[in-house]
Amino acid sequence: MMKIPCPHCGVRDENEFQCGGTAHLARPALDASDREWGEYLYFRDNPKGSHRERWRHAYGCGRWFNVVRDTLTHEISAVYPITETPAR
Amino acid sequence: MSRWRTASGGRIDRTRALAFRFDGVRYEGLAGDTLASALLANGVHLVGRSFKYHRPRGIVTAGAEEPSALVAVRRDGARETPNLRATQVELYEGLDALSQNRWPSLARDVGRINDWLSPLFPAGFYYKTFMWPKSAWKSVYEPVIRRAAGLGVAPTEPDPDRYAQCYAHCDVLVVGAGPAGLAAALAAADQGARVMICDEQSEFGGSLLADRHATIDGASAAAWVARAVADLAAHPRVVCLTRTTAFGYFPHNLIGLAERLTDHLDAPAPQAARERLWQVRARSVVLATGAVERPLVFPGNDRPGVMLAGAARTYLNRYGVRVGDRVVLVTATDAGYQAAIDLRDAGVAVVGIADLRPTVSGELPAAARAAGIEVTESATVLGTSGNRRVAGITIARTTSAGTGGDRRTLACDAVLMSGGFTPSVHLFSQSRGKLRWSDDHQAFLPDRSAERERSAGACRGATDLAAAIADGLEAGAESAPTRTAAARRITARSPRSADRGYLGAVPLASDASQKSFVDWQHDVTIKDLAIATREGFRSIEHVKRFTTMGMATDQGKTSNLNALAIVARAIDAPIPSVGLTTFRMPYTPTTFGAFAGPSRGDLFDPVRRTPIHAWAAAAGAVFEDVGMWKRARYFPERGEDMHAAVARECRAVRSACGLFDASTLGKIEVVGPGAAEFLERLYVNSWANLGVGRCRYGILCREDGFIYDDGVIARLAADRFHVTTTTGGAPRVLAMMEDYRQTEWPDLEVWLTSTTEQWAVIAVQGPDAREVLRGCVEGIDLDAAALPHMSVAAARICGIEGLVMRVSFSGELGYELNVPADHGLGVWKAVHAAGAAHGITCYGTETMHVLRAEKGYIIVGQDTDGTVTPDDAGLSWAVGRKKPDFVGRRSLQRQSMQAPDRKQLVGLRPRDGRTLLDEGAQVAERPDQRPPMRLVGHVTSSYQSAVLGVPIALAMVAGGRARLGQTLYIPMPGGDVEVEVVSPVFYDPKGERINA
Repeated sequence: MMKIPCPHCGVRDENEFQCGGTAHLARPALDASDREWGEYLYFRDNPKGSHRERWRHAYGCGRWFNVVRDTLTHEISAVYPITETPAR
Repeated sequence: MSRWRTASGGRIDRTRALAFRFDGVRYEGLAGDTLASALLANGVHLVGRSFKYHRPRGIVTAGAEEPSALVAVRRDGARETPNLRATQVELYEGLDALSQNRWPSLARDVGRINDWLSPLFPAGFYYKTFMWPKSAWKSVYEPVIRRAAGLGVAPTEPDPDRYAQCYAHCDVLVVGAGPAGLAAALAAADQGARVMICDEQSEFGGSLLADRHATIDGASAAAWVARAVADLAAHPRVVCLTRTTAFGYFPHNLIGLAERLTDHLDAPAPQAARERLWQVRARSVVLATGAVERPLVFPGNDRPGVMLAGAARTYLNRYGVRVGDRVVLVTATDAGYQAAIDLRDAGVAVVGIADLRPTVSGELPAAARAAGIEVTESATVLGTSGNRRVAGITIARTTSAGTGGDRRTLACDAVLMSGGFTPSVHLFSQSRGKLRWSDDHQAFLPDRSAERERSAGACRGATDLAAAIADGLEAGAESAPTRTAAARRITARSPRSADRGYLGAVPLASDASQKSFVDWQHDVTIKDLAIATREGFRSIEHVKRFTTMGMATDQGKTSNLNALAIVARAIDAPIPSVGLTTFRMPYTPTTFGAFAGPSRGDLFDPVRRTPIHAWAAAAGAVFEDVGMWKRARYFPERGEDMHAAVARECRAVRSACGLFDASTLGKIEVVGPGAAEFLERLYVNSWANLGVGRCRYGILCREDGFIYDDGVIARLAADRFHVTTTTGGAPRVLAMMEDYRQTEWPDLEVWLTSTTEQWAVIAVQGPDAREVLRGCVEGIDLDAAALPHMSVAAARICGIEGLVMRVSFSGELGYELNVPADHGLGVWKAVHAAGAAHGITCYGTETMHVLRAEKGYIIVGQDTDGTVTPDDAGLSWAVGRKKPDFVGRRSLQRQSMQAPDRKQLVGLRPRDGRTLLDEGAQVAERPDQRPPMRLVGHVTSSYQSAVLGVPIALAMVAGGRARLGQTLYIPMPGGDVEVEVVSPVFYDPKGERINA
């Protein structure tokens, strides 16, 4: 079980959190093509290594935030606000 | 005293004899024995039958790696634990153990025929043989295979024992209390670290417990261990755990420990927990898990009496047991010689030593030769003899021509084997650390750690005692958070042994007629591995699955490296390129009880009850589980079954008035200047135009356009909405709302609060509902003009401030009274009393379901399944067409989401007016079809309608709305049922009653 640093409450066990999958998926506008929309809905990268993902401290403050986690080692290298978009 | 027990020495208590039984026969052992050592002390070597061939099997090791001696230990009918390693079962007075996998008895077992028939079932036999006829699978193959498969029998009664669980944090967790582990714990404690140290055995010391020759800090190994253990126990910052297996290594240094508390006691206190599961979060971990000795793979190596040299030494030095009278050592290590020398010193005849290595020098072989033991170099084993115990071994010298010369058969009653040492890297590997192959050690060693962890001692190749202790000291000091104290020094000396060992089958083994076993527990031989490589398998992961090698409960602790070497040789590839199978938790089997802990029975899952629950129970309600909630399903009166009760309740609601506890409805208050806009973006409906004091039926889709939840939403003020959800959906709807609020639309000023538990909801439904409530509700006008269908008003309800919502899930004139939960029961009772004159009738969820189905109202999750759009459910009227966007809108625009042949909600009526359809039944266009049938839909809801007097059903049918009036067929167990497609609204299609 991972330890996740909630930016508001501090380090807590993983079972207090809910994972929200890949971060920074931009919801396309209504006039997006079917293909573009379909990719937003159903297609996800499955990287080995660093992954930006959304987590929510569901059994704590209830707030969403972003996490950079290594999918292989589970190392969490960064945590930042949900509204922040990092430079790619 | 038995003739195999030594006169003195060892760590058993010779003053405390313990009686025990094995397969019903009474034996005697000593306090401090394991079941294995006690059996050996009684000359019992045959302890089980093998998994596949039912061959007689004995005790191979003296520890957790035991692949062979699996037994059941029985305390009573509910307490029988199968597949315990006899080498780890501590003896207690009255212990009752049973052998496994034999019938009718261990000595005469009919399954042994499998061994003679073994050419018929090589590796992959199951995959290839039971292919046809297909019909034989269910009736013949599967039952027979199931009976033959598996070892041991699980008890059928519930486990009566208690299991505890706890959490702990420490600076340094040391796994393993052998020389390296003890040194690490001492060194870490010296630096002021909070230390935990655990070991799976009954006492600390590891290999030192069986070492007669080593000296540490000038004392004997035993004396040094005693002093180290006393130091650690007295240390205020050290926790010592014996009988505690570190079974799993989880991310971020969470280690699972299983501590066995009572299994070694003859009469555990009734309230004592049997095991304790520790979840330890360690700042640093030191793995000092040691190494296990490898068997040698030679023909006939599985006969009882053939065991590891180190095990024989442990039985002698720790338990005072001689494993035989005449032994032969087959070795590829110097360490094996130590066992032979110790046994000889204890009066055992060492008949000969067969060493696989071409030339043998070194301290220990020299000592053996000096003692007059004959050593054969370049040796190999051609076979063994003996029925239920080894009686002889044939050895030879391998010649340059590749044949066996100087063939000799030695009579013996035990064979010791020493193939080298395999570091125990299981936990390191579980932690996702990277292993590397070491040619020097002929083993995989820990390389790069993934966690804040380091290995120390034999598990990382430091087999020499002084090196292991030095490594442990360094690991302990390094792992402490601070290093202030001077480094501790420990001097140790033991006979040196340089041991690369031997991997794979011995020379000439494949020419022998006897089987050479690699994996004792799954009966995998070198021949099976050869078949796998002939079949083209190259990766060890594939070979493993084809042969089941290493897939038994021991996970191949003693067999994996030999198998790897055999495969590598067969396909002429270096060992590292063949790969290594992945180690999984648990290290040794762990009880389900430890994982479950107190989460059983009433504590398995929380139960949610409404404020009216106790009243309903007293009134005789029958309850059903809806999510975590207990809901009253129906209220039977004297002699009624469910069918009769539901029919009566339905008629009462349709003709007079019913009372229903709807408190479980999910409720979320959405508040703030952005509340209306928030709902506008989230739900498919329009909300901006909903007036204060009005309600609207809302539908929530996911982005994929499929219905996720539904419920009535009331606007209490311009900036305040009372959102209701399905009973089971409240948490996920709130989570979804929070997600959008925080991540998609942080621009909106809106707050979300779960109010499910704050409100009790009492539904009063039926034509007399208004009259019943006239005496209960103050402060508002209940007349239809003032409070029409789908409106809401604050009022005093039986003296309590609350909300009256005029809503209906029954199709009748209806109200839902919302009062603070603490007053729910009082208001319920008062309304019930006020309704007595009108014949008010309590009803449950079953009646609620029938009434709503008569009206064609869907239940999300019953009539929908995650692939149903609002239009599919006949709810396109609810979708706000003029809104710029809402969750799911883009998906609903896709052409396929509007295709006319999508499954649509319709009603079904059986043509015979009698047959109740099965929920979940398929819908077909033509009768009497044979598989594969063309199916056009399925039945989602089906009930007997009391008010209509006929069965009714809802169904999702392809292009259903265009089929009204058509005849379709429902295949049921009794044959096809002819049905007519009708509107899903069976009752009061104009909605006159609801607006009354």
